[in-house]
Amino acid sequence: MIELIKKTNIDFLGKRYIAFVFSGLLSLLGLWAVVSIYTGSANLGIDFAGGSSVQLKFENSIPLHDIRKAFEEKGIKDFDLQDLPTENKILIRMKKGEFTMGEFTGKVVNILAEKFPQNKFVVDSTTEIGPKVGGKLRRDALVAIIVATIGILIYVAFRFQFRFGIGATVATFHDVLAVLGIFYIMGKEINLILITALLTIAGYSLTDTVVVFDRIRENLRTKHKEPAVTVMNLSINEVLSRTIITSTTVLLTSIALFFFGGEVLHDFSLAMIMGVVIGTYSSIFVASPIVLLWKGKMTFAKK
Amino acid sequence: MKKKFFWRILLISLTTLLSVIFFLPSTHSFLSMPGWLKKMLPEKGITLGLDLQGGLHLVFEVEGDKAVDLTLEQTAVSLKDLLDKKGLKADVKKDGSNIIVSSSDIKTRKVIEDNYPALSLSDSSEGKAVYKIPAQEADRIKEDAVEQAAETIRNRIDQFGVAEPTIQRQGTNEIVVQLPGVKDTQRAVDIIGKTALLEFKLLDEEGIAAQLPESILPEEEEKLMQEFAAKVPEGDEILFEKIINEETGKAFKKVYLVKKQTLMTGDSLTEAKVNIDTRLGNEPYVSISFNEVGAKLFEDITAANVKKRLAIILDRNVYSAPVIQEKIAGGNAQISGRFSIDDAKDLAIVLRSGSLPAPLKMLQNVTVGPSLGRDSINAGVKAGIIGSLLVILFMIFYYRFSGLIADVALILNIIMLLGALSILNATLTLPGIAGIILAIGMAVDSNVLMFERIRDELRLGKTPRAAVDSGYDKAFWTIFDSHITTLITAAVLFQFGTGPIKGFAVTLSMGVAINLYTALIGTKLVFDLINNKKEVKKLSI
Repeated sequence: MIELIKKTNIDFLGKRYIAFVFSGLLSLLGLWAVVSIYTGSANLGIDFAGGSSVQLKFENSIPLHDIRKAFEEKGIKDFDLQDLPTENKILIRMKKGEFTMGEFTGKVVNILAEKFPQNKFVVDSTTEIGPKVGGKLRRDALVAIIVATIGILIYVAFRFQFRFGIGATVATFHDVLAVLGIFYIMGKEINLILITALLTIAGYSLTDTVVVFDRIRENLRTKHKEPAVTVMNLSINEVLSRTIITSTTVLLTSIALFFFGGEVLHDFSLAMIMGVVIGTYSSIFVASPIVLLWKGKMTFAKK
Repeated sequence: MKKKFFWRILLISLTTLLSVIFFLPSTHSFLSMPGWLKKMLPEKGITLGLDLQGGLHLVFEVEGDKAVDLTLEQTAVSLKDLLDKKGLKADVKKDGSNIIVSSSDIKTRKVIEDNYPALSLSDSSEGKAVYKIPAQEADRIKEDAVEQAAETIRNRIDQFGVAEPTIQRQGTNEIVVQLPGVKDTQRAVDIIGKTALLEFKLLDEEGIAAQLPESILPEEEEKLMQEFAAKVPEGDEILFEKIINEETGKAFKKVYLVKKQTLMTGDSLTEAKVNIDTRLGNEPYVSISFNEVGAKLFEDITAANVKKRLAIILDRNVYSAPVIQEKIAGGNAQISGRFSIDDAKDLAIVLRSGSLPAPLKMLQNVTVGPSLGRDSINAGVKAGIIGSLLVILFMIFYYRFSGLIADVALILNIIMLLGALSILNATLTLPGIAGIILAIGMAVDSNVLMFERIRDELRLGKTPRAAVDSGYDKAFWTIFDSHITTLITAAVLFQFGTGPIKGFAVTLSMGVAINLYTALIGTKLVFDLINNKKEVKKLSI
């Protein structure tokens, strides 16, 4: 039997106040990101903000400042340039519609074809999204998060107790906010793919939390004379091995996605990696302590 | 004893076999399979999303208000005609969302009521009656406009020639168009978005026509319109013909004073095709034919207006304005206008498929080139294989023989997931591939939960058989609860997500559901089989 984690007896809940401070800061960071998204100062992807983007693949490498100069000479302003030098790819983004739909791509292609006739390129992808769609997608994302939260709260409250529902919901929100906050600080683009990653993280973190809760419920049934803190600590220690093994396997696949999954999934897998780490932390240090904050007796009928 | 396992073994084998059969058509090797085998296999499998196979995703809004506006305008013109015929002297004007009739006598009102039941009288005072289209009727017009626009787009795309297009209505007034594999995206956008309202109107060659410049530069248009705003007679309007000088490449606009009244539209058109005019340096033009009613109307119009100029107008642009030399019978006409051969072909397509009832506004335009899609699939498959291998090796390393059992369950899981996606003809998107890879990472969780429980039981000194049974029982509800919560988030993603995100929700939730099956039935079966032969002394876990 190989055991990475031998039978442990760590006082996780004793460290809950340190965890609260740390998690509080992470959550504040996330809230700050949420506020920035709604005031429009965050780096929103064009799927949320509206605008145009064109990705081109050149035959030979091309310096970004040459492209910048070419556009500025033609009077195009307020654009973002990004490159993937290993593949000679360039991403040109333009927020808000200075061009009417369908014009931007043509203009970009014409300028570059004229300026760099010897360096041929193909259009990899173009995206143009009107402001109305962006608003709708933002609303949909918000609704999705709210509905998912309510659904989980109800399910966990139904299967366990209301206070466990609150603990699971807070821990899940904490993870989503933390990853969002870190992405915001890193200046990464906040787009639909990130929202997908966040919801996946929510689902994953919840699984982790439910597994811990499940053990707490079981132990509370048999050891109802012990204080709740002891039972919780015991339960977390008991499932610790599982928590770490599963996190490892999900991390392994997320890392594979990060390195080999291609450019589109790059940020998605980065968010997943962070989410797995933070989700594992929160199922140990956030979810159960929150349940403990709740007053009242924590009992489950014996099966 | 054997019977206990028989059904479970049968069930697992059958589902695996079915999955393989359904997934085969989606693989590359399907193309090289012998014909008899192809015939036996199901036809459709997994469809690749636009992000993987390349193509065009467009969302249009049908500007229904303009359709209502157009209806008002046409009603005003035909109402005036009707009143003239009945000998009732009254002016009819469209003003904003109203039709104003400069008479309020009973007889006029009766005629309007009888012939235009859709109009409602909103205000009438001395010598004036104001009519409106009621909100309900306006909604019906908008609804029809969206329906008809979707139909027209479908026709145009069919004629443009795209394999497996999707044209769907979304919300109240949006149309989603998906064209997989289209390379010339700009041309596709132009063909779909063109209103293609063909009109025949007479030129007004009297009055201020002489004061108008013959042609202007494009940027002078606004100035010209302002200058003549007050001078243009009631019932006339200024329209332009776009011309590009072939030698200098400079664009300019020819100016026309046109009578507002539409003599004829493209409604009665039956055929439009491209011809080449060999006399004029092989210039392509579009020849159109009308049906019987249209042909008769065209004959009447030309007969009544010999020596006058008839403008052929498409989407408010004049294409040509030839002088009518004589009555034209037979119902044929031609539209020329310095086309390239592709322009002429596209014009023929949009004319044949009819005009859009209202202009379209593009809300979203996403195109993916075929090479990016191919790169994405390759990267996704590579990441999937590497990720799976890492997990498989890790499980064997940590749980030894039991890890191998979990790996077999994992592989069955992947096979069944692909099979299920094929059966449902699901659309696989790039986030969908990510969903599969994540499901692989999460799939072993059920086995990990079970194994850890079995280890716990073994530590307590139970025999392998007892440890497996009670470990499994204890892990069951944990596995169940944790899977259900993941399914809840996946279901929400499916409900509120669009396109690629939906694909992610589908693969993730199916992965989770199938995982329940392979872990709770498959893995348990293997353990039971091992424990069945004789009591095992030691369990490799």
